[in-house]
Amino acid sequence: MNEQNSRGSHLATLLLLADSRFPTGGHAHSGGVESVHALGRMTTIAELELFIDGRLATSAKTDAAFAAAACAQPNNLVALDHELEVRTPSPKLRDVSRSLGRQMIRVALRAWPNLDATTLRSINANGPLQPIALGAVAYAAQLSPHDAALVSLHHFVGIATTAAVRLVGLDPFDVQAIAARIASRLDDIAAEAALFANTTNSDLPASTSLLADIMAEHHATWEVRLFAS
Amino acid sequence: MPPDHQPSHSHDHSHDHGHDHSHSTFPSSVQGTRPLRIGIGGPVGSGKTALTAALCRLLANELSMVVVTNDIFTTEDAEALRRMAVLPDDRIVPVETGACPHTAIRDDISANLDAVERLEALHSPVDLTLIESGGDNLTAIFSRALVDRQIFVIDVAGGDKVPRKGGPGVTTADLLVINKTDLAPLVNADLSVMDRDAKIRRGDLPICFTSLVQPNGASAIAEWVRAQIAAWTS
Repeated sequence: MNEQNSRGSHLATLLLLADSRFPTGGHAHSGGVESVHALGRMTTIAELELFIDGRLATSAKTDAAFAAAACAQPNNLVALDHELEVRTPSPKLRDVSRSLGRQMIRVALRAWPNLDATTLRSINANGPLQPIALGAVAYAAQLSPHDAALVSLHHFVGIATTAAVRLVGLDPFDVQAIAARIASRLDDIAAEAALFANTTNSDLPASTSLLADIMAEHHATWEVRLFAS
Repeated sequence: MPPDHQPSHSHDHSHDHGHDHSHSTFPSSVQGTRPLRIGIGGPVGSGKTALTAALCRLLANELSMVVVTNDIFTTEDAEALRRMAVLPDDRIVPVETGACPHTAIRDDISANLDAVERLEALHSPVDLTLIESGGDNLTAIFSRALVDRQIFVIDVAGGDKVPRKGGPGVTTADLLVINKTDLAPLVNADLSVMDRDAKIRRGDLPICFTSLVQPNGASAIAEWVRAQIAAWTS
């Protein structure tokens, strides 16, 4: 276990950053659920669980690895942002991620004034990609790369499940049962993602959900939609 | 007879006795340091977009203005304002709220602040920023970190019991607008009941009865906005 992964336990801080009420703008997004729902492939609890499974194995895991790396390598944020950008084919999703990155900085700088906002804002005029911002915030909050990865995965599950409840009217208790069922998998994936914390940029994971990128581009053209992405 | 169309603000006392009306002072840390930000909230269909458009028509010649709209879904309100051409298109920006308009103006204002700051920087100097909420329920209210003043718009057709039901918008907004007075006879609404109940809820805070479809329907509200700007820059 490296130095960063052995940073002290700050469970209350971790809970704060993981809480969906922490105001980072995520409430306006569905994590791709709205697109899948419109295709008629998100009408049951089983389909929601399959959707989450698919993302956890691909784009969510990549995001988590980059959050861990950004937490572990605070002096390498520019390169990490570039590496994640080339793993995000959809311009729309890149824009969404940068807006969420900006919003993450806004609240985090107030909560943890030691955050290196100058570097984060210098990455791109539109802000850093969200996992890079999350990793940097986790570092400023004295959390570990594993924590950063876990928060990233937890946020994804929270966004997808909330959107499914709002869009489909799925039983909210059944939806939380999915989240409980996959909790140990999130721990495992976070541990796996944290192994990349000190990885050379080009060796970081590159598994993406290409259909999600295509659907995000399509979603952005809809006249009527509930979620921003 | 509809009550007086001017914002009513009855006073039989002076202002200088420490009785702090929320619309009489701004926090000194922000007053005048950036454009005045006014939020326009209220239920669906009460006339928020009509008021926003009317204020742009009445004030854009004398003030540098930008508008951020919030929609429950779509960018309908921003598009409507652009079609009405009340401001150049690039001075109107929509924020999407993920089915939760009150979250975007109250609990998690980050997307709105982001849009507001970018618009104000792009068109600097700006005198007045309007932030129009998505249509919501009577509990919606703007965060004081997002706006300096807020207008709550309800309408007569929503029922003359709405002021009595209260809620933070009706009770605490810096200006309560009661729109569509022309419909009162058609929906059997008693404006004097609305006026009485609103005054009970709001004390000295101003109330404006109006019909925004009339040619000068928003002129009294524009006058209130001018007074806020004068106080903000004083």
